[in-house]
Amino acid sequence: MRQVIRMAVLFAFAALAAAPALAQRSDIVVGLVLEPPHMDPTSNAAAAIDEVVYANLFEGLTRFGPDGDILPALAQSWDVSENGLTYTFHLTEGVSFHDGSALTADDVVFSLDRARAEDSVNAQKFLFADIESVEASDDLTVAVTLSQPNGNFPFNMAWGDAVIVAPESAETNATDPVGTGPFRFEDWRQGDSVTLVRNEDYWGEPALLERATFRFISDPTAAFAAMMAEDVDTFPVFPAPETLAQLDADPRFEVVVGTTEGETILAMNNRREPLDNVLVREAIAHAIDRQAVIDGAMFGYGTPIGTHFAPHHPAYIDLTELSAYDPERSQQLLIEAGVSGLRLSLALPPPVYARRGGEIIAAQLRDVGIETEIVNVEWAQWLEQVFGEGDFDLTVISHTEPMDIEIYGREDYYFGYGAPEFVALWDELTRTVEPEARNALLGDLQRNISENFVNAYIFQLAKAGVQNADLEGLWVNAPTQATDLTQVRWTR
Amino acid sequence: MLNFVLRRAVSLAISLLVASVVIFFVLEVLPGDPARFMLGLNASPEALAALRTQLGLDAPVLVRYWSWLAGMASGDFGISYTYRTPAIELIAARLWVSIPLAVYALVLATLIGIPLGVLAATKRNSPIDAGTMGLTQIGIALPNFWFAMLLVLLFSVTLRWFSSGGFPGWDDPGAAMMALTLPAIALALPQAAILARVMRSSLLDTLDEDYVRTAQAKGLTRSQALWRHAFRNALIPVLTIMGLQFSFLLAGAIIIENVFYLPGLGRLAFQAITARDLIVVRSVVMILVFAVIVVTFAVDIAYAAVDPRLRRGTR
Repeated sequence: MRQVIRMAVLFAFAALAAAPALAQRSDIVVGLVLEPPHMDPTSNAAAAIDEVVYANLFEGLTRFGPDGDILPALAQSWDVSENGLTYTFHLTEGVSFHDGSALTADDVVFSLDRARAEDSVNAQKFLFADIESVEASDDLTVAVTLSQPNGNFPFNMAWGDAVIVAPESAETNATDPVGTGPFRFEDWRQGDSVTLVRNEDYWGEPALLERATFRFISDPTAAFAAMMAEDVDTFPVFPAPETLAQLDADPRFEVVVGTTEGETILAMNNRREPLDNVLVREAIAHAIDRQAVIDGAMFGYGTPIGTHFAPHHPAYIDLTELSAYDPERSQQLLIEAGVSGLRLSLALPPPVYARRGGEIIAAQLRDVGIETEIVNVEWAQWLEQVFGEGDFDLTVISHTEPMDIEIYGREDYYFGYGAPEFVALWDELTRTVEPEARNALLGDLQRNISENFVNAYIFQLAKAGVQNADLEGLWVNAPTQATDLTQVRWTR
Repeated sequence: MLNFVLRRAVSLAISLLVASVVIFFVLEVLPGDPARFMLGLNASPEALAALRTQLGLDAPVLVRYWSWLAGMASGDFGISYTYRTPAIELIAARLWVSIPLAVYALVLATLIGIPLGVLAATKRNSPIDAGTMGLTQIGIALPNFWFAMLLVLLFSVTLRWFSSGGFPGWDDPGAAMMALTLPAIALALPQAAILARVMRSSLLDTLDEDYVRTAQAKGLTRSQALWRHAFRNALIPVLTIMGLQFSFLLAGAIIIENVFYLPGLGRLAFQAITARDLIVVRSVVMILVFAVIVVTFAVDIAYAAVDPRLRRGTR
């Protein structure tokens, strides 16, 4: 009998000791609005792909840190030759793909050559445009030679589109992704969820979670219910901002508001009369009350911007004053430009910021005497008509690629700017490696487009997310569209 | 009889062919280039051209139509532009959610609607009749997505009896049925209300027929006459409605699928339309057309089963 009691006491103690360990959860359910079409980040622009695979499954030579800084990843370091043309990447030792094969310099050569090849379907081919040759000097060293100096190169290599893949699995990554990251792919129930599990052979610091499930919930009400029922642990970008206050008041949850790379703009067709007149564009810019748009369309979430640049970037300069809300000035400018009774079309794609924001902007434009005809368009129609053919007057759109001010140098881009001064500045920037000089040039670029009122710059999309209060390590900001789970853990 | 089946098969094939022509060319007119959709705002023209070639989008329209049709004849519906997997596999996976959901909802609707309709008809003009019909009026008027949200708020958020949505797969049939229960209830109630009303009025019509009166005159009680003679005949219009309801539930559950984030066929079609995944859109619509034709056929056979006069081709 005594034996039995002793055993029972022992068990009780063991159970007590084990209890905290058992209570600690090691899995997570992440809610995402959009389902990735497939798992290969190198052949599609869909942000939803990076939201699942970036830094979790696939890694590049470099990577984005939580605040947008460029960190080493598969390349533990790199040297730049004196003329700025050759980048020598030193690969991290002991890295293997999820199928067990070792990462070598040849995989890097393969990945970069594949991305820049003639028949490549990489959505961000411009990242690789300056590459002249990629050569492996030994198993762990790769030399990339550029055709012209490009200070952006380490930044370019951090994109999801530039991850390193193996020749054996490159073609099947869409459905059966094989990367080098801290998680490996386990299961995909199409239409429902994707499951990743911890990669026990990871080369770096192992992930703190054992299992991660991404659930796809596009309906705002459903997202709210899923959060309230605790079926989902976090929504990094929550689709029902109107309920954030309620969630914030609930001690079970924490609302996290950060910034993104999404500049929301009223794009203007610079090629079309009378928008080819800078005075008219300036008049439109002054007619818009940014805060009213943010409050009315985004429940107050968003940062006013005066140029096409992310406010969290060190090179950002606040140019909102340049196009401050001033309806009288706006009317004066229209008179100066000799324009009266202006009627313009305003194309609005489906996202809430565009549809709701566009209506508020239309009302504000009406106040200064500019009538707009609102045309609601489907995404595909927007891409074809507005973006592809440049057939529009005005449109509201968020440009979400990281540091994409470069698009203003493209003459054939849909809003049609491409001023020679801008292109010259951009060329100088790509030739510049030194950070301070780069920031100064980035400032000049921002000023150039603001002073020419290429578009009306409205606000930076906020990253308004919700998470379980016991979670830590999720990104606050979104320097790229990713759900980096490498540092995420439960505190209880 | 063989003649009848053959005629039936030919008209079925013609319907499908006509549907395929309409579906293909209507979608062809839609604006939106799938390649541009996939590559996004920064894509270079070369990458776009390469992708179009890869997807076979640069072939002439008739060539593409013909290869689609020929593919379908051999069970190959093509590779989804966006998912990069065979369209038929995507659809099959979704049917494993949509068909059980539609059947579940229809069974619930029948179990609730038919007895209610019979009850109301037998207690004609009583308070029970008025009450039942009032309830069905509400059932028809309630938008089912709103009712679905109420179910989620009560059973998932407050009581925590059911998860708020999602589908765990059929590995665990119990869990799968649990996941389908709230959506099925949300879908079933308006259908049950419709069935109850149709059942009631159809039964009242047959109760007025001469043969029912004759049966009563020969000594059957009213309720014996109802069950032995009137009920079967009254089922015919109800079956028609049920056939229509099944097709509706299969394709039309899309809003409910969104509220419960279920991976069903409606949601697949919706996603594919917004992503201009034309191969999937076309294939889903073809499958639905096929399903509607088959269900109509099944309803015809069910008519014959309840009404012998139809079996002989006279009425």
